[in-house]
Amino acid sequence: MKYVLKKVITLIITLLCISAITFGAFSVIPGDAAVSKLGVNASPQQVEELREEMGLNDPIPVRYLSWLSGAVRGDFGDSYQYDNTTVASLLADRLPVTALLAAMSFLMILALSLPLGILSARFSGKWPDIGINLATQVVMAIPSFFLGIILTYVFGLVLHWFQPGQFVQPWEDLGACLGYLAFPAAAVALPKIAMVVKFLRGSVLAEMQKDYVRTAYSRGNTKGMVLYRHVLRNAFIPVITFLALVIAEILAGSIIVEQVFSVPGVGRLLITAILNRDYPVVQAVVMYVTALVVVINFLVDLLYQAVDPRIKTSG
Amino acid sequence: MKKKALKKLLSLVIVLTVAVALCACGGDKSTDEAAGAEGAEESAGEAGQADAADNNSSQAGEPTTGGSVTVGMTQDLVSLDPHVISDAGTRSVVFNLYEGLVKPTTDGELVPAVASDYEISSDAKVYTFTLRDGITFHDGSEVTVEDVKYSIERYAEIYGESSALSIILEEVVADSENNTVELHLTEGNSELLPELTLAIIPASNEDPAGNPIGTGPFQYVSYTPGQNLVISRYDGYWNAERKAYLDEVTFKFLADVETAYMELQAGTLDILDYLTTDQVATLADGYYVAEGSMNMVQALFLNSGSGPLADARVRQALNYAVDTQSINDFLFGGKSKKIGTHMLTSMAQYYNADTENVYSYDPQRAMELLADAGYADGFDLTITVPSSYSQHVSTAEIIVENLRAVNINAQIELVEWNTWLTEVYMGGEFESTVIAFDGTLAPSDWLERFCSDSAENFMHYSNEEFDALYEKAYSAVDQEEKSQYYKEAEMILAEDAANVYIQEPADFVGIRDELAGYSFYPAAAYDMSVIYYKSAE
Repeated sequence: MKYVLKKVITLIITLLCISAITFGAFSVIPGDAAVSKLGVNASPQQVEELREEMGLNDPIPVRYLSWLSGAVRGDFGDSYQYDNTTVASLLADRLPVTALLAAMSFLMILALSLPLGILSARFSGKWPDIGINLATQVVMAIPSFFLGIILTYVFGLVLHWFQPGQFVQPWEDLGACLGYLAFPAAAVALPKIAMVVKFLRGSVLAEMQKDYVRTAYSRGNTKGMVLYRHVLRNAFIPVITFLALVIAEILAGSIIVEQVFSVPGVGRLLITAILNRDYPVVQAVVMYVTALVVVINFLVDLLYQAVDPRIKTSG
Repeated sequence: MKKKALKKLLSLVIVLTVAVALCACGGDKSTDEAAGAEGAEESAGEAGQADAADNNSSQAGEPTTGGSVTVGMTQDLVSLDPHVISDAGTRSVVFNLYEGLVKPTTDGELVPAVASDYEISSDAKVYTFTLRDGITFHDGSEVTVEDVKYSIERYAEIYGESSALSIILEEVVADSENNTVELHLTEGNSELLPELTLAIIPASNEDPAGNPIGTGPFQYVSYTPGQNLVISRYDGYWNAERKAYLDEVTFKFLADVETAYMELQAGTLDILDYLTTDQVATLADGYYVAEGSMNMVQALFLNSGSGPLADARVRQALNYAVDTQSINDFLFGGKSKKIGTHMLTSMAQYYNADTENVYSYDPQRAMELLADAGYADGFDLTITVPSSYSQHVSTAEIIVENLRAVNINAQIELVEWNTWLTEVYMGGEFESTVIAFDGTLAPSDWLERFCSDSAENFMHYSNEEFDALYEKAYSAVDQEEKSQYYKEAEMILAEDAANVYIQEPADFVGIRDELAGYSFYPAAAYDMSVIYYKSAE
């Protein structure tokens, strides 16, 4: 209980810090929402009036506190860019899409990287290992967004397995939506799969050098039995941490990949909001991503205990 | 038993590995192909453009009613409220929903729309509009003179100082008996008609942005921020002969030019404008290209407020040093229109074509002028360019090369669009910048920013002679006199080398073969009402 409480307090402090930093950073960079909205056809007086209306002329701490007082009550305010649109309603449309994309990528990572990693360790130095090594090396070298362009070109324009841009909202046709999202999900997942495979292989091989493994062998266990009964359980602990980090990267990666595949998720929202200096939206999306990463880390900590009883809650 | 399971797992893994490897190989191959295609573009470019359709002329095949079209845009809309100050892209889209008392034709003429007739008093102090009989809003209600009065007053209030109409509007008199609306002005102004394209909206609508209602050929269906706007044909449109052909049009907002082009290639988009010459050359089968003008004036805008550029001779030298024809050839396949001043060529009544011949590409002459001004050894010049506009960035790159030949050490500073707006446009803190401006059909809208005291004069340009001529032109009531003064003022901009005017950039629009009717306007307008699916032959 004490452990959970400690974690929750850390979470709140992290969110506060991050929100203050984003707010501060946005005040430093040039450009503002009023200018962005009115463009080149407005006179300076009109921009000034809009700035006043948006409250951009208030000092930064005042703006931050007024934002914060709304945010703690769950009110993220109105978008600057879109008239009469709350940030909450903008997010509500996009969160499910990004969540779905992230979940699909993560499932792909789990489904492929665990068996491949184990296989690669089991046959280390033999041909399955060499083949897997080669493939991971290649895939790791390609950034997600570029992989996205390649996938769009090959499966979209040449093979016509999907039609780029023809995204269907999940609540309209879940099947079609998943079919479309499979490609951006693959673009996000492939480089991560390669990383997890490499990491798992390394972890297993390191574990194989340990004393208890020698003991297990001396008791007459075969290699397979040692691997599955003893080594894997220990080798998985660092991999879980790594997977938690991967989740954060999936979210970051999907921000870019969403652009390439025109998936109307949080990523696209964030990028347009940054370009238009739509502070309330940027602030809300950053908070969401931060909260998600912190919460996942927290869950991972709990998971540790389940996998490895040596980690005590009192510690 | 266990061994069997392991074997199964193994074979699965091998299959997957092979799939992954294939995937990677396939990827490599595709990039090779893409690179190859790029290399071939130059030679294919000519042929691609030769195939391009003439603008305004639709191909064979009878117009049919029905069907839907998706148009790609690389921006979102500022607002659906027609009276809110917005950009050219937004105005082009809402053109389909709203109409003013008058509206532009493809020739840039203004013809009656919501009004059936209008009259301007001889001193240009009173504009009288007769409301069209039986014209209705999209919600079915009839347009009244009160709605017209409301719309004009609302527009004038929102635009404030940046609209001539709001400055000189004394009162709007709605006469429901005679079905007329009179605009009384504090001073005569014969240039107000372009502003009266302002949208007429119902006075009863409390949320024009969220629930847009107008009199245009299309009505609002839905708007999803950051994604799309859907509009459908308005069957109660007043002009029965010019009802829209299409049932529905979707404007889809895309992240960037590359994504948009990819979706055009894939068939998700039916129409996409602002294609580059590279894209024109590699356009997939099943599409043709319509050529028009972006209706913008592109120039190397100079800050004449300080430094070497304060000297007119230096600015003239830049005009001789920059090879505008090669910029046009290189970036727009030579399809852009040459210009010599800050006015669209399509506004023929006001455009002074003589300004095109003031300068020619002559680096020798440029060097002489620089030597005269005391800059024989050149100077450093920063060109600030918004990074999101690739054609401006490429233009700046060519300019840098041109200037190097006359010893001017120019450097490009790439900034984000918002930074450009704040620092260059609003702040006036820059040395030079490549950008393109759009404007309305009113000549004053284009030239006002060069007046010494204009709030929009970010170039710090000041020329007393220009100020005097502009004042005369603006207040002139006689059309002949007016255009004469404007032309003279434009000549001053050219001779005094306010900026290095480059071109009116060409607009290449990719259109699906089945579609026809796409029309270019000299104003911001994507007129979807004239687009139709051709009947099968």
